[in-house]
Amino acid sequence: MNATALKKDMDMADFQNSTTFENHASENNTAWQKVCTKADLVEYSGVAAWLETTDGPVQVAIFYLPEGQQRQGDELYALDHFDPFSNANVIARGIIGDLKGSAVVASPIYKQYFRLEDGQCLEDENVKLRTWKIAFKGDAVWVEG
Amino acid sequence: MSTPTVNASNNADNTANPAKLIIIGNGMVGHHLVEQLVDSSALEHYQVTVFGEERHRAYDRVHLSEYFSGRDAESLALCEADYYATSGVTLRTGEAVIEIDRDSQDVVTDQGRYPYDKLVLATGSYPFVPPIPGNDRDGCLVYRTLDDLDNIRAAAENATNGVVVGGGLLGLEAANALRGLNLDTAVVEFASRLMPMQVDTEGGELLREKIEALGVQVLTERATQRIEDGDASRHRMVFQDDKVLETDLIVFSAGIRPRDQLARECGLEIGERGGVVVDDQCQTSDPAILAIGEVALWNQSIFGLVAPGYQMAKTALSTLTGGDTQFGGADMSTKLKLLGVDVGSIGDAHGNQNPSARMFRYLDPLTQVYRKMVVTSDGKKLLGAMLVGDNSTYDTLLQYYANGIELPDEPAALILPQSSGAAPTLGPGALPETATICSCHNVSKGDICTSIDAGAIDLAGVKDDTKASTGCGGCSALLKSVADHELEARGVDVDKSICEHFTHTRQELYDIVRVEGIKTFSELINKHGNQDTHRLGCDICKPAVASILASCFNEPITDASHISLQDTNDTFMANMQKNGTYSVVPRVAGGEITPDKLIVLGEVAKKYSLYSKVTGGQRIDLFSTRLEDLPDIWSELIAAGFETGHAYGKSLRTVKSCVGSTWCRYGVQDSVGMAIWLENRYKGLRSPHKIKFGVSGCTRECAEAQSKDIGIIATENGWNLYVCGNGGMRPRHAELFATDLDDEQLYRTIDRFLMFYVRTADRLQRTSVWRENLDGGLDYLKEVVLEDSLGINDELEHQMQSVVDTYQCEWADAISDPEKLKRFRSFVNDERPDPSIIMTSERGQLRPA
Repeated sequence: MNATALKKDMDMADFQNSTTFENHASENNTAWQKVCTKADLVEYSGVAAWLETTDGPVQVAIFYLPEGQQRQGDELYALDHFDPFSNANVIARGIIGDLKGSAVVASPIYKQYFRLEDGQCLEDENVKLRTWKIAFKGDAVWVEG
Repeated sequence: MSTPTVNASNNADNTANPAKLIIIGNGMVGHHLVEQLVDSSALEHYQVTVFGEERHRAYDRVHLSEYFSGRDAESLALCEADYYATSGVTLRTGEAVIEIDRDSQDVVTDQGRYPYDKLVLATGSYPFVPPIPGNDRDGCLVYRTLDDLDNIRAAAENATNGVVVGGGLLGLEAANALRGLNLDTAVVEFASRLMPMQVDTEGGELLREKIEALGVQVLTERATQRIEDGDASRHRMVFQDDKVLETDLIVFSAGIRPRDQLARECGLEIGERGGVVVDDQCQTSDPAILAIGEVALWNQSIFGLVAPGYQMAKTALSTLTGGDTQFGGADMSTKLKLLGVDVGSIGDAHGNQNPSARMFRYLDPLTQVYRKMVVTSDGKKLLGAMLVGDNSTYDTLLQYYANGIELPDEPAALILPQSSGAAPTLGPGALPETATICSCHNVSKGDICTSIDAGAIDLAGVKDDTKASTGCGGCSALLKSVADHELEARGVDVDKSICEHFTHTRQELYDIVRVEGIKTFSELINKHGNQDTHRLGCDICKPAVASILASCFNEPITDASHISLQDTNDTFMANMQKNGTYSVVPRVAGGEITPDKLIVLGEVAKKYSLYSKVTGGQRIDLFSTRLEDLPDIWSELIAAGFETGHAYGKSLRTVKSCVGSTWCRYGVQDSVGMAIWLENRYKGLRSPHKIKFGVSGCTRECAEAQSKDIGIIATENGWNLYVCGNGGMRPRHAELFATDLDDEQLYRTIDRFLMFYVRTADRLQRTSVWRENLDGGLDYLKEVVLEDSLGINDELEHQMQSVVDTYQCEWADAISDPEKLKRFRSFVNDERPDPSIIMTSERGQLRPA
């Protein structure tokens, strides 16, 4: 994924009119980016997307927990798609759950749990996935790269 | 002191510094003690120095013969090269101890004196070389260390034949090593049979036949008188009857003797026939000195196996750290594979330690199997057993012996061939302490019990402690059943809840779903889930409930209300491999496939560069499929008439068949036709775990049906039905369930059986484990399924019929639905594939790099 391709996909006008994101610079491609729309997401599950960051393009896993009995509003999480235990890009394909009070995703390969909130692996305190800020803007999903 | 000490001062009296612990010997047992010290907190109190006479650090002597079949010294090593350094233990290899000075508490080597506060002798044993004139000639060697093996290898160059003196366990190991060096090999044994310690005359005779069949010459009742120059070979061995044997190389393996010389010279108490006398704490006659392993003589016995040595190491650790663990002897039951021949010995195998003992013997001269049981005079308890040629009954016999379990009414059944498949097996409670539960981390049932006794209160605690089931995970169900059983046995109220989201078992959830007609996970968790969770569920309960919902209502698993419950395999209807790609397995019912369809599989594999392999279930697996290619591949496969094979699901996998009466001159029924019909009937049935069938066309059983969940074997009059077999990690023969069924009786019985399994089994419980945990066993199962003792058969049949009637190919459903196809994008904002999936070529196909 290169920056040009990604920018083409971004609705820049919409971005600049936004009040929510107006404090963020748009000159470089590491700021808030639109990565997909709500229709691309799967409730209580994950999808993968490319994100431009200062370290280059990164595969992120995006999880969507819709508003419901247990949640005041929609919840979105963006974590590394890369699974450090299997060295494969698969985290978005894990099962979502809650364990001892935290929302987690289970790696589909060796089943380690990662906290959605901060990426912390529950089995190994030395392993933590990166996380990114993510939010809906209308029907668009924006991530801060 | 006459020699300068290596350390500037003797710190024994200086309590500010840790005490000095010296271990003499870096063999398997000495190393095990170091591991125990490192894993405990003992290194806070001891500064440890280990002396090893050999140049190699500790290595695996049990597998020494593999040194000649490809393994090198490094791969036999018991630890990483830097283990001692990083653990803070000083290891001095290649430095032999020559004296123990008990007065000054020093150990003396040719390089210096080393003070000790505590000393552990782990010097092991040395090979006994009989006092035969000529035994010191060049090419007369022993088999004990890596250096010995190097010497044997060097002597084997330019040699064509070799002799092992000694036909015991180690002698046969050495013979195997000589065969590995391509030498014509002979074994010379003084006694009248091989392995006289382990087997009797009949067993020894059988063993001889089997070993001679491997091309190894066996000479018994031969006492070597002298060794002299040979004519055709380097040496000539002359026996007591003046017969001779010429050979280039001689390996002595006539038993071992404890290496107690250091202990003798410093005045420790030594047994009459050698060995350093130790008490239950492994302490010698000098309280500052301990002895463990093969040098130690406990209760007049030397233990020449590694496991008792390890127990002594644990005892020594306890003694050194103020604990009260005692060594109480060890069971010398053993199971071996020597030169590829199974030999097993349990307890009083000869029956000579119990005067009133009675014996059962079974000898099959054709398959060369010998089994013997020694039982009490009333036939209730097993005192010992001996096995030659087949160790498959060893574990069960050991359970009876080690746990003092009362024998069945006809004990002979335990060693007779299992023609009816009704092998007496035992549940988790009867597994021996030594039974390996997790082979990745080598965790035995005993380790699990130890963990529980040390405070683990649930399965998670046991896993944390022992690492069991954290490797491949294949043992998770067995681990759970053993851990639950042991916890219950200790009065712990085992929580049978499926996970933290429901206080119900899988069976209870199944009943709730059926009775209340609940059709979605969210409805179930909102009505019946624990209120103090976020009610998202987890990777335990979600797939389990998805399976229950599918068994009951058979809605497509990829429907919006179910998709987030599925494992990745069910989500994408393919099997995820370790690099994140998937494998595709279309259904090939009964293993029958037309040439045209075979060609389609080949063309698809070629077009998408898929690694192709024939599976054990008579179908073809196409690997390395990228997520985004799955829909296109399936479009092509469905167009050619294929349908999904459910290789990814906990559901019916395959019905394996032999060609049957259509082609085979022995076949008595059309096994292929029946297999296809059954596979089409039960395809798509979601169940607690995968289900495999086999259908054989005659009693020769080429479809291996007795290793399947459902096995069907044709008879002259119809079909015999076997149930609850398994291959895999814990093989189990299926049991005969009903005989001479006609076609309709057959499938109706299977309908009821499978639905009863679906209804009552735990999650991820195969039929074999379900059956072993079923109260009442096979008889109960027969009552329910054949005699309708619960009055539920109509319901079970009706349920199965409903699953059969609502079958649809999940892949055909998915590719006709644009919403479902959206899921098969690797990335939602880029169509290009994941660049980090890298393949390389091997044997003409791609595989993960």
